[in-house]
Amino acid sequence: MTIVGLGLPRRLVEFTVDGEAVRVPEGSTILDACAAAGKDIPTLCFGDTLEPANACRVCMVEVEGSRTLVPSCSRKAEPGMVVRTETDRTRLSRKVVLELLGSATDLSTTPDVAGWMAECGAEPERFGPPAPASDDRDDRRPGEHEIPDGLTAATVRQPVKVDNELYVRDYGKCIQCYKCVDACGEQWQNTFAITMAGRGFDARISTEFANPLPDSACVYCGNCVEVCPTGALSFKREHDKREAGTWDESRQTATTTICTFCGVGCSLTLHVQDNEIVKVTSPHESSVTHGNLCIKGRFGWQHVQNR
Amino acid sequence: MKRKNTEPYVRLTRPLVRDSGELRPASWEEALERAAAGFRRTLDTKGPEAFGMFSCARATNEMNYVAQKFTRAVIGTNNVDSCNRTCHAPSVAGLARVFDSGGGTSSYQEIEDADVIVVWGGNPREAHPIFFQHVLKAVHRGAKLFVIDPRRTSTASWAHRRLQLYVGTDIPLAHAIAREIIHSGLANTAFIERATEGFAEFAASVEPWTLEAAEETTGVPAELIRELAHTYARADRGQLSWTLGITEHHNGTDNVLSLINLALLAGHVGRYGAGLNPLRGQNNVQGGGDMGAIPDRMPGFQNILDADVRAKFDAAWGSNIPPHKGLNLTQMLDAMERGDLTCVYIIGENPVQSEADCEHTIKRLSNVEHLVVQDIFLTKTAQLADVVLPASAAWCESDGTFTNSERRVQRVRKALEPPEGARDDIQLLCELARRLGHDWNYQGGEDVWNELRTLSPMHAGMSYARLEELGGIQWPCYREDELEPTFLHGRLWEEDPAKRGRPAPFTVIAHSPPVDLLTEDFPIRLTTGRRLDSYNTGVQSGGFPSPLRRGETLDLCPADAVRLGVVEDEVVRISSRRGEIEAPVRIDEGLRPGLAFMTFHFPDEIDVNVITIEATCPVAGTAEYKAAAIRVEKLPVTV
Repeated sequence: MTIVGLGLPRRLVEFTVDGEAVRVPEGSTILDACAAAGKDIPTLCFGDTLEPANACRVCMVEVEGSRTLVPSCSRKAEPGMVVRTETDRTRLSRKVVLELLGSATDLSTTPDVAGWMAECGAEPERFGPPAPASDDRDDRRPGEHEIPDGLTAATVRQPVKVDNELYVRDYGKCIQCYKCVDACGEQWQNTFAITMAGRGFDARISTEFANPLPDSACVYCGNCVEVCPTGALSFKREHDKREAGTWDESRQTATTTICTFCGVGCSLTLHVQDNEIVKVTSPHESSVTHGNLCIKGRFGWQHVQNR
Repeated sequence: MKRKNTEPYVRLTRPLVRDSGELRPASWEEALERAAAGFRRTLDTKGPEAFGMFSCARATNEMNYVAQKFTRAVIGTNNVDSCNRTCHAPSVAGLARVFDSGGGTSSYQEIEDADVIVVWGGNPREAHPIFFQHVLKAVHRGAKLFVIDPRRTSTASWAHRRLQLYVGTDIPLAHAIAREIIHSGLANTAFIERATEGFAEFAASVEPWTLEAAEETTGVPAELIRELAHTYARADRGQLSWTLGITEHHNGTDNVLSLINLALLAGHVGRYGAGLNPLRGQNNVQGGGDMGAIPDRMPGFQNILDADVRAKFDAAWGSNIPPHKGLNLTQMLDAMERGDLTCVYIIGENPVQSEADCEHTIKRLSNVEHLVVQDIFLTKTAQLADVVLPASAAWCESDGTFTNSERRVQRVRKALEPPEGARDDIQLLCELARRLGHDWNYQGGEDVWNELRTLSPMHAGMSYARLEELGGIQWPCYREDELEPTFLHGRLWEEDPAKRGRPAPFTVIAHSPPVDLLTEDFPIRLTTGRRLDSYNTGVQSGGFPSPLRRGETLDLCPADAVRLGVVEDEVVRISSRRGEIEAPVRIDEGLRPGLAFMTFHFPDEIDVNVITIEATCPVAGTAEYKAAAIRVEKLPVTV
């Protein structure tokens, strides 16, 4: 018997993107359609293994007849829809979003963002020089917040949280995209160790009662690090190497193999620099892991390097 | 108590040989010749049956294929096995007996698409976390989850219903579920009549196990047993999954067969989304067996007692395979004690720390005249060897394949150079074969795999290129241009009897409580399992600094701690009929009075296998790690 996986039968939806007719399977998003048509739409909070969070607003496009811009990552394509991705309105929207993010957040380890900023002429500096880094934002009492002085740009800069040997949290780089919350929560890990705390500009990702990770519900699967788009969450080894100036992706190889810590067969991508494993990720398209691992798969490789 | 950390193991980079009782560094030439000379001497003086091979459930399929070929073609015995004997051999034995094939019957995607999932004797939230993500996908979609375990584990906290049974009462519980299904008219009679045999005898045998009788014996409320029976039998797609809570008993195979009976009764096998799934504990337990690194099966799970099968391999290998089953790992240990097995080659296994009643294991391995250990570390087992051969790490320093719990053969790729001085497992086996007169010339893992594909029909369609392209392929896969369904045994649903093949038999099984009896001297039941961040024998997971790690503890329920007058972190003496150890107490509200829990993660610090019992399943040889009788005592205060 031969079985060919056909998946669910899908109708095709025809609509227009930037004047071109495109046909995509029913259920596709505008972003899917644009990707299939070879159009690059910037995304920050979009995660290929997660439900769209609609948080960052850099993927907004214009849909004819819609009063507001729409997030392309979550809006499903409809027949006859007329979509424009490059208009004055979308460019201005993207420019402002990137300026606000860039003025408040350290985007130095966010891939591609510098290019998008240049493309749309974003000038985060126009809000003034960044305000001095605050203390740990987790230490603020509810409702407490700093009054802006009007001369400097408010930022989320704060000291890096290093409270364990496996991964570090540099929330000065956090854009609150919710990907870590979704990966830790109901969508994958179901541990619920991290979520949003605070309101307004004080909003931040935190643990319950702002506990250090070793005292929180965290089980160190690293799935939050896997989906973080900005480097706000990074593996300790990577963090230390960056600090020491010895992190060099151009000298790294990425090889996908299989974990040995149980029989489930999780795919591990070993990032190797100078014959040393420096990071472990997991391919998002793997039908076994969907990009997720547990603590042993993510961190249990050191034994082979005890040379 | 502050935990005393032991030093992590350091990679072996030089061969070692034993001279006047001591291991000393040696050249590769000297070590290989010493190893080969010992094998030759055994063959000349005692014959091939005095040799035993412990192959490795963490190494690649290719390594396991070459290891069993070495055992059969070079030495001439079927004495080859691996640590599957300590974990899932009963699953393989049970599934093979009923369905002729020892693999789990479903895919992970089918778990997500199931309506009812029963996890029996397992804690996948901690021991198989990514599998459990598939279960949780199903739960969030609306599937019902039943968890059957003596402990209220983190897995059980996700269950719709928890059945907290007494250790070792799985068969009465299964029988009561079966009886309830039959009496409620929920048995899948169409499937039973068409695809099974022995139903009447089976139905008669479970008749004494009323809900009330089962409640009395298992401690599970009758109402919960009834609810599970009805929900499982009424489901469109029911999944039954288990781990070592089922298999690590003196009657592990019977336990597995009692679960298979339930699937046959409800027709929950051989269809998409319905199945029977043992979750494997080591990465390649499935593959090691599939490759023939077990004493009764040739590669591709082909029966060693079948003369045509042996003839095919003999023709390909130029061998003369003995026409009888070899000794399994448990039997090999017995043979060492008798002095019948005097030469042992251990690849990547650590029986000194993984076998039950380990003092006994050390005595037996010390009885061996020629012990060769091939590993990446100087494990406690390697420390007993006459020759130690430093190997490379299979999963990141070699090319090959592993086979996971859903029978998916996946590519393992070399990402790192092994430390200088370590050598590839397959090269080492070939080098030893060459010294014993067999010139094998494998250029790498793919060469080995292609040879396997010509001899194992169920792997024939899996070229490396195709494995890469499809992200792994589940066996069976007979042809390069076809894929089989993701589930096994669809034949049972065929209308044509010829296509349907051999009916799946129900098995009549008697209840048999744990061997280690609870008495006044040993009043507490100790059961064992895994924790999330660590791993058996600690050799691998000891290498990384886990913030979750708290070392070995004796977990007790609050009431027992009060009764014994002990508090959390207090070190106590734990004695069984085999020996005694000391460990700090941890309070776990998920345990019930009279039940204690420990792991095997830190044997270098606290060797739990000193107190476990070696009573083994007569079919599969697996020991009763899950049910020891112990006594817990306060230690005298020392000043």
